[in-house]
Amino acid sequence: MRLKRVYFEDIRLFKTTASLVWTLLFLLLLFLVPFIFKTYYLSVVNLMCLNVIVALGLNILVGNTGQISLGHAGFVAIGAYTAAILLQAGVPFVFTLIIAGLVSCLVGAFLGLPSLRLEGPYLAIVTLGFGLAVMVIIGRMEMFGGRMGLMIPRIDLNWSGLSYDRTLYYVFIIITILMTILAHNIIHSKIGRAFQAIRDSDIAASVTGINLVHYKTLSFAVSAFFAGIGGALWALYLQFVTPGTFSLMMSVLFLATVVLGGLGSVTGSVLGGIVMTLLNLQLEKVVTVPLFGDLIVFLSDTIMNPSGIANIRWVLTGLILILIILYEPHGLNGIWLRIKRYWNLWPF
Amino acid sequence: MIVQLLISSLVTGSIYALIALAMAIIYKASEIPNFAQGEMAMVSTYITFVLLSTFGFPFLTALVLTLTFAFLLGILFEFLLIRRAKEPNLLGFIIITLGFQLLLFGLAGWKWGSDQRTFTLPFSESEVVVRTSSFVLTEHNLASLIIAMVIMVILYLILNHTKLGLAMRACQQNVGAAMFNGIPANRILGITFGISSIVGAIAGILVAPITTLDPTMMWDPLVKGFAAAVLGSMKSLPGVVIGGLLLGLIENLFGFYVSLEFKSIVAFGVIMLILFIKPSGLFAKHYIRKV
Repeated sequence: MRLKRVYFEDIRLFKTTASLVWTLLFLLLLFLVPFIFKTYYLSVVNLMCLNVIVALGLNILVGNTGQISLGHAGFVAIGAYTAAILLQAGVPFVFTLIIAGLVSCLVGAFLGLPSLRLEGPYLAIVTLGFGLAVMVIIGRMEMFGGRMGLMIPRIDLNWSGLSYDRTLYYVFIIITILMTILAHNIIHSKIGRAFQAIRDSDIAASVTGINLVHYKTLSFAVSAFFAGIGGALWALYLQFVTPGTFSLMMSVLFLATVVLGGLGSVTGSVLGGIVMTLLNLQLEKVVTVPLFGDLIVFLSDTIMNPSGIANIRWVLTGLILILIILYEPHGLNGIWLRIKRYWNLWPF
Repeated sequence: MIVQLLISSLVTGSIYALIALAMAIIYKASEIPNFAQGEMAMVSTYITFVLLSTFGFPFLTALVLTLTFAFLLGILFEFLLIRRAKEPNLLGFIIITLGFQLLLFGLAGWKWGSDQRTFTLPFSESEVVVRTSSFVLTEHNLASLIIAMVIMVILYLILNHTKLGLAMRACQQNVGAAMFNGIPANRILGITFGISSIVGAIAGILVAPITTLDPTMMWDPLVKGFAAAVLGSMKSLPGVVIGGLLLGLIENLFGFYVSLEFKSIVAFGVIMLILFIKPSGLFAKHYIRKV
């Protein structure tokens, strides 16, 4: 067992040489992806990046600070629409991204204020209402294109000398890696420890000298910042935003992503984002899965209704959520840790 | 016109109040905000529809069968899912109810979702009972008000004047102490879920003729009902009913006098304001939590 003696050992990014090597290998693989896979898979990876970034932020709020947000799609929408308007106005992409994050962050800080006094269902309804309100307000304002939404121009990526899709892939990957490192550092710094103290008991935390006003608002702001960045990338990815995209269902699915991955861990957010994206894509064509798909079709024809078969993805998503909570409360991260522990001592 | 507004506020308000009551009963007993409430009501409404249109049962038989189904659905939900949670905390329970909500939503969409249906009750939306120069009272309005009132009275009687109600209230106050006194707390919680599911199902049956019958029909009423419950504080049942009526009133007045477009979100503005001032709802008893 490796004991930590100084604080620095706890906060550094790579705890061991082995993890450094594996990470570098993984990064090399990510670098090579555009040269191995087809363009379609690049867009799948991009979608994963989006979900990972939003999940990272939501996990800081839900998993580390213990606050509930059922309106995270609202922050994503704010980020996406800010980015859409700025990109249409011709603002360079880097600034757009940062401004989208900051606008969302500001709104998050504002929404964080009531959370100081609220807990449980009271906080849930405030965030839920926020998510719905953002959707309705955006849908009714001319400036945001109303129900029709906004088109987003392609950004200029010619400087790289690669095709648009490949460059976009690298942009997404680099931003995701930066955000992951940011989330890791936040969680392992003084701020992250304060968040966790608040999660475990906010009264005890305030007794030990943690400023609840400051840190609860900060937690909402940080989480909204991630969602805003995710939203900006979302706008870039779809090239088209409508208010209908950012529905209550999206907020629920983000929460599902975090729970599936594992609350309160960066690895969990990343795994959750990846797996949830794959699930969402695969559940749309569940009928083509060998045995299970046949069973579904059989059920549709006999008991259920063949024309409603697309709804099977909600059934399976719901089942996965329930089963994760019932049998694997630590999510994919828990499974990952168990696998790692097993192979740590493998031949013995 | 103001009388007409008051009538429609009362009708929407009492439907919100029913959903809010359904959520509040469960919340009082277990501190779980049940997000699956709406979908459970939606499935029960579909059951009524199928019994009425496919099997051709008379309305009362269909209603009794539906309420039995709703009761069993609630009990099964508690027994199969809520009770099995390993390390229960608030977030875990919320996720379970959200998961169950998705599950029911998907199943209903799979079975019935492809086409919209109109749901007719013996009391219709177009038949007028009273018509004066200033207002119109339809059969559905009157029936909704009466049914909501009757349900509230029955709930009051069950909670305050039966042995079951006494046990339920004991479990709400302190589960441990209730178990020491020989009350089977788990079973009582299951029955609480069943009763709540019945109340929700009645709300669903009242909502269905106003909107069309489809799997998303309970989303808006559920969110509003939840908001109403929070407004009146989740822990006080009279408060929850007042919260529901208040929310219906605010919404209708705002929709008529200020803006119809933003009618659906004014509720949340009000809720945020009130929660800023009174963080646990209008009618909550103030208490200080210990560490």
